[in-house]
Amino acid sequence: MSMAGKSKSAPAVTQAPLVELRDINVSFGGLHAVQDVTVDLRPGEVVGLVGGNGAGKTTLIRTLSGAHPADSGQIFIDGRPVMIENPRDAQELGIETIYQTLALADNIDAPGNFFLGRELKTRTGSLNDAAMESATRSVIGRLNPNFKNFKTPVTSLSGGQRQSVAVGRAIHFNARILIMDEPTAALGPAETQQVRDVIKQLKSEGIGIFLISHDIHDVFDLADRISVMLHGRLVGTVNKVEVTTDQVLAMIIMGKLPSEVSSTDLARLHG
Amino acid sequence: MTQGSEGTGVAGTLPPRRTPAARLVEALFGVFRTMEVDLRLAGMIVALVCIWLGFGWASNGAFLTARNFYDVSVQSVPVAIMATGMVLVIVSRGIDLSVGSIMGLTGYLAAMTQRIWLTENLGIPTASPEIWIIAVVAAIAIGALIGAIQGGLVAYIGIPSFIVTLGGLLIWRGLIFKLQQGQTIAPMDRNFSVMGGGLSTTGPFGAPGGALGEWPTWIVGILLCVGIVYALLASRRKRREYGFPVRPPWALAILMIGGCLAALGAMFAYTSYPLPILLTQRYAQEHGIVGADAANLVIPVGIAMPVVLLLVVGLVMWYVTTRRQFGRYVFAIGGNPEAAELAGINTRRTIMGTFILLGILCAVAGCIQTARLDAGVTSTGTGYELLVIGAAVIGGTSFAGGIGTIQGAIVGAVLMQSLKSGMVTIGLDSPMQDVAIGSVLVFAVGLDTVVRRRSK
Repeated sequence: MSMAGKSKSAPAVTQAPLVELRDINVSFGGLHAVQDVTVDLRPGEVVGLVGGNGAGKTTLIRTLSGAHPADSGQIFIDGRPVMIENPRDAQELGIETIYQTLALADNIDAPGNFFLGRELKTRTGSLNDAAMESATRSVIGRLNPNFKNFKTPVTSLSGGQRQSVAVGRAIHFNARILIMDEPTAALGPAETQQVRDVIKQLKSEGIGIFLISHDIHDVFDLADRISVMLHGRLVGTVNKVEVTTDQVLAMIIMGKLPSEVSSTDLARLHG
Repeated sequence: MTQGSEGTGVAGTLPPRRTPAARLVEALFGVFRTMEVDLRLAGMIVALVCIWLGFGWASNGAFLTARNFYDVSVQSVPVAIMATGMVLVIVSRGIDLSVGSIMGLTGYLAAMTQRIWLTENLGIPTASPEIWIIAVVAAIAIGALIGAIQGGLVAYIGIPSFIVTLGGLLIWRGLIFKLQQGQTIAPMDRNFSVMGGGLSTTGPFGAPGGALGEWPTWIVGILLCVGIVYALLASRRKRREYGFPVRPPWALAILMIGGCLAALGAMFAYTSYPLPILLTQRYAQEHGIVGADAANLVIPVGIAMPVVLLLVVGLVMWYVTTRRQFGRYVFAIGGNPEAAELAGINTRRTIMGTFILLGILCAVAGCIQTARLDAGVTSTGTGYELLVIGAAVIGGTSFAGGIGTIQGAIVGAVLMQSLKSGMVTIGLDSPMQDVAIGSVLVFAVGLDTVVRRRSK
C-alpha cells in the first residue's frame, strides 16, 4: 500500500473549499437516492467517493456535473453559492466530468467527440475540423502515444482508446474541478497506470478531483480524503493517512465510522 | 517477430483459396480506401449505372436518350430535395410521415397566393416579378411554421415523431380541401412555372423556358468543375498545414478528373437534348426566322431549372450537415442522445431545427411540383412520404440514428425514380412497379445491414 506523496504540504484548513456540496437531496419517485449529503473538495486535492452499488455516489456527483439537478441543497464554488442546472452551467464553472459510460457519440470521430458542444470554428462560423484534429492529436498523443485513429468513428476504438478521448476532453478545457466516475473500470493494467499518472499530474497542478471508484486500492493510492456513502447517506469523511483499508471497508459495508467499529465487527468483516 | 512469422504463415496458406476475382475486389477496395471515397456512395453510383444500362438494353435504347435523362432528373427533384432534409430527421432518431402533405399544402398555398390573393384580391398585374417571389416565400414560411409546430411537439412535449407526423399527414392534407373547396388552380404565373422545368418558348434565359439553354448550362458545368477542384485542393492544403497525411497525387488526380468528367458529361447530355420540333417551330415564328434557317434551327434545352435548384439545395444541405455545428449536433444526438445532452448541447432546439428545415424543403419541393404541373392540385405529394423515406434509407441513412449522408439521399432518390421510369419505359404495369420498388427497398437496406455488420 503506497502512502507516498502525503509529505506534500496540505492546503490550509481555513481556506474556503474549492467545492462544497451541502445538504444535497435527490429522489426518483419514492426512492431517496441521496439524502442530506455534504462533501467538499480543496484545490489540489483528490477526494475519493466510495460505497457499494446503489449507494448514491454517481447520483450525488451528477448534481455537480449538471446532468441531474438536486431537489434541494446548495453548491458552493470558492465559497460562493452557484446554480448548476445543466451540463453547460457546470462547464462554465470549470467543472469537467468523465462519466462511467464515457458519454461518447459512437458515430463521430475522436476530434468530434473531443470538442462536442464546444466546437472550434473558422471566421465564417464553419467547423474548423483541422484545428480540432490538431488539438486532439496533441492532447491524446500525450495521454496515449499509440493512439492513431483520428478519422474513424469512436465505436471502432478499444476501451482504452475511448477512455483516452474522454479523459483528454475533460483535461483540455482548463478544468478546475474534475469528476472521474470509475475512470479505470474498463482498462487494462498499463492503461490504469496511465490514468493514475494523469490524476497525480493534475493534482499537482492544483486541480481538485472527485474520484468515484469501486477499487479501494485505487482510492488509497490516489485520494487524500475518502467520503463513504451507504444507502444514499454519507457515512463519513476520513483522512486517508488516519485509517486502514479495513476501517474504510467497515464504513462501506456496515456504515460504521472507525471509532464505532469493534474488534468483533472487524472479525466479521474478514468472515 | 511473432507478427512476422504469422505474416508468412498467412501468405503461405491463403492465396490458393482466394480466386483472382476476390483478389481484384480486395485490390479495388484498397484503392478506394487510399482515395478516401465513400464506398457506399460508390456502390450506389455503380448500381445506378447498371440500372440505366439495363433499362437501356431492355428498351432498345429508349431509356438512354438525352430526353429521358432530362425527364428522370426533373422527376427526381422533389423527392431528392425532401430526402436531404429527411436524412437529418432520421439521423436524430426521428421520422416525418407528413412530408407529402406539407408539400401538397404549401404547393397549393403558393398557387393560391399567385392566382388569387396577389392578383385577384390585390390587383397586382400577372407576371410581375414580385408575384413568384412572394408566392415562394409564403410557401416556405408556412412550411417552416408547420415544421416548427411538429418539431416543437416532438422535442418539447415529447410526443413520438411518428405520431405527430402521422397526425400531420392527415391534418395538412385535409386542410388543402378546405381552401378554395379543393379546386384545381391553373395555370401558374409565367415566372413561377419556370422552376418546374417545363419546356416552352419563353424563359429568363430565352427559348427553353424551364431550362437554362446551351451557354448557361456549360457555365454551370464549368462552375461545378471549379468547385470540385477547389474543394479537393482546399482540404488538401488545410491538412498539409497541420501536417496530416494527404491522398497520394494519383488518387487526387483520379478524383478531380472523374468528378469533372461526370459533371461535364451530364451537361453534355442536357445540351444534346434539342427543344421539341413543335416548340422550335413556334420559336422560329415568334422570332421571325424563316426558310432554311427555321428548318435547320436546333435549340439545345440545357440543364433543367429544378435540377439547378436541387444542386443548390444539395450543396447548402451538405454544408449544413458536415461543416456546421448544427449538423454535428444532429449526428451526435443520433449517435448517443445522452452524451449529446451531457456535452451541453441543446438537444431539443436541435431536433426542432431538423423538422423546421425539412418543412422548408417540403415547401421548396411543393413549389417545384406545382410549377411542373402548372397547377395547384389537392393531390400534390400524395404518397411521397414513402418515396422520401425510401430515398433516404436506400441512400444509407440508418433508422438506428447517427448515420446518413446528403449525397446518398440524392442518389437514392434518383435511383428510385430511374427504376420507376425505367419500368414505365419497358411497359411494366403499375402493380408490378410497386412490387419491384418495394423489393428493391428491402433488398438495399438488407444488403446495407449485412455489410455493416460484417465490417464491425
